[in-house]
Amino acid sequence: MSALSIFFAALFYLATALFVVGLALKIRQYAATPAPLKIALTPAPLTTTGVGFRLTREVVFFESLFRSSKWTWAFGWMFHAALLLVVLRHVRYFQEPVWLPIAMVQPFGTYAGFAMVAGLAGLWARRFLVDRVRYISTPSDHLMLALLIAIGLTGLAMRFVAHTDIVAVKVFMLGLMRLSVQPLPADPVLLVHLSLVALLMIIFPISKLLHAPGLFFSPTRNMTDNPREARHQATWAAAMDK
Amino acid sequence: MATAAFTTPKLKPYPVIPLVQVGATSHLKPFIASEAIQKNLGFPGELADDWQAKAIAKMGELLGKYRSLRVYMDACVHCGACSDKCHYFLGTEDPKNMPVARQDLMRQVYRRYFTFAGKHFPKLVGAKDLTREVLDDWYSYYHQCSECRRCSVFCPYGIDTAEVTMAAREIMDSIGMGQKYSNEIIGKVHRIGNNLGIPGPALEDTLLGLEEDTKDETGLDVRFPLDVKGAEVLLVTPSADFFSEPHVDSLIGYAKVFHAAGVSWTLSTMASEAGNFGMFIGNYEQLRKIALRIREAALELGVKRIVVGECGHAWRVAYSFWNTLVGIGAGGKDPFAIELQNQLDHRYKQPMHICEFTHDLIVRGALRFDKEKNDHRIITFHDSCNVARASRMGDFAGGQFTIPRDIIKAVANNFHDMAPETIHESTFCCGGGGGLLTDDLLELRVKGALPRMEALKNVVDEHGVNFMATICAICKAQFTKVLPQYGFDMSMVGGVHQLVSKAIRLGDK
Repeated sequence: MSALSIFFAALFYLATALFVVGLALKIRQYAATPAPLKIALTPAPLTTTGVGFRLTREVVFFESLFRSSKWTWAFGWMFHAALLLVVLRHVRYFQEPVWLPIAMVQPFGTYAGFAMVAGLAGLWARRFLVDRVRYISTPSDHLMLALLIAIGLTGLAMRFVAHTDIVAVKVFMLGLMRLSVQPLPADPVLLVHLSLVALLMIIFPISKLLHAPGLFFSPTRNMTDNPREARHQATWAAAMDK
Repeated sequence: MATAAFTTPKLKPYPVIPLVQVGATSHLKPFIASEAIQKNLGFPGELADDWQAKAIAKMGELLGKYRSLRVYMDACVHCGACSDKCHYFLGTEDPKNMPVARQDLMRQVYRRYFTFAGKHFPKLVGAKDLTREVLDDWYSYYHQCSECRRCSVFCPYGIDTAEVTMAAREIMDSIGMGQKYSNEIIGKVHRIGNNLGIPGPALEDTLLGLEEDTKDETGLDVRFPLDVKGAEVLLVTPSADFFSEPHVDSLIGYAKVFHAAGVSWTLSTMASEAGNFGMFIGNYEQLRKIALRIREAALELGVKRIVVGECGHAWRVAYSFWNTLVGIGAGGKDPFAIELQNQLDHRYKQPMHICEFTHDLIVRGALRFDKEKNDHRIITFHDSCNVARASRMGDFAGGQFTIPRDIIKAVANNFHDMAPETIHESTFCCGGGGGLLTDDLLELRVKGALPRMEALKNVVDEHGVNFMATICAICKAQFTKVLPQYGFDMSMVGGVHQLVSKAIRLGDK
């Protein structure tokens, strides 16, 4: 087995471990931290079902962002929706036989790659063109967009410019899932693509990508509006009543 | 109080998002609390040598106690959705008044001390040491936030800058860098019973005077009872209602409503203040301690209902926090909460807003009005931030918008709303909330009022509006001061119950 294949196998095991464990620790931390006061942003749903709908609208449609900035919403939503399709398209590398829904999403996933890069480009343009957004942008904000665009472009390049041996890639990925390292094609574009994806997974739990789990734990969005009807107390606060 | 000269912004016919002017209001800082004021609340009197370590430790403690802070420090992606939503940014043009930049003042420190990326790659993620310079920025810009939560409406993750501001003020208090205005007032509440520092005898005297005035006006014995045991309702209202104009006109309105409804009620010397500045400084212990006065007064007087007067942040504390803090509400299962909740009459909402109280009576047909008495007024309604975005009235989400407006429409004939993007949950803060209603921040207050003044100007020009009703003591005081700066008459602002008071039919008349 080539050193390259072993290196990438190790990289992906490491990246997956850091991604899963890091994210799980963060989610545990969010869940374990008490929310001592009712701070739902009103008007807020009066029931848990209502809160479910509110969060669903935020996750699926980016409702609040739509209200604040149509441009940011358009680019942001386009990028995220496209990313979802692209990720679904890539599921085929991890299963044999391929599920029907994954097979059906293939053609959409292909073109979603362009939408994804276009959305990212729009978001990046705002960081230069809008003076307020330029002011708040840090180097990591730019690098994050660069990373995602590079992942998108290398992916598109393998699909539309220089094909890589995707059958071999699939064998490699299926092998990883069975703890057996298979040969990975030494195609530079593929290697860049895979390295960047591994990097993205590694930085996920230590970067602003935590906005994904964060939304579900945001008290202004996930609390029901019932403070008069039910006494809500954190343990540390309840101790004061004693 | 002397403040440096500044220019009141020009009102434009439509909103314009300004270009950022770095450092435009970096000179604005409220007076720092004296050692005596600080120690009174159990805070250190001044910065000690080890303030930095203590501040970081306090931040760690708060990160473990408040999920909001924990999640909001991580979740921001710098998308900029909030960047043009803060009235202080729109009015001052200072980029650090953009909600994201205000949060980042704390986030940069959080990243430096609490995250892997910030510890090892500070420049990359904009992490910074907590230096004296950063602390001064905190003091300045966390006192240029009125905790109004407008930014949170527009944030895709619901990040609430108010939570960050409260945490920052709590950290600063804990190292001896408190704000004079808020902390002095909290001292007064504990010492005297209300924010204005009105002692019991003076309050009694004032209420007797109001009874005489109302008798002159109506010919009836409308009572303003104080400390009456066994009354049905305990009314808790901001102390400004006792002494300030136009606040007092709403107090007279409440009294007339109770009179017309035949409901016995009382004020309390001990709880002669609905306001709770413990919220402004983000200190749970103070928040609770101030709320305890209401609980004690209710237990002592044996009242069945607790009703809250026209005050924005007080209604947030009452509606959203009282049940949590001191068990004023329903559904308590612990002995502490049950002690009071068994006494209260749960056929009614506990606590209840005075607008809910009046509205219920109107709906039941128990009140009669001569609406034409308000015909000289063309009215608009300013939604106060804490009522609009941090509380509710009535039985459905958004009742806090419809109930006050329904009351106005029941007592007056001419009503026009301001532009939709400036009312309801998108309302603009008056510019004086969150512990900033102090003359040492006058420039900030005037500039922060700009978006509201522009929206008002539009309905003045279009519909001839000459009265802006609101249900917040801070809004009333702030507008009284700021309206003239923009060329409006200061008497344009008043309470909803001021309108009720004018039109309500009492006795056989």
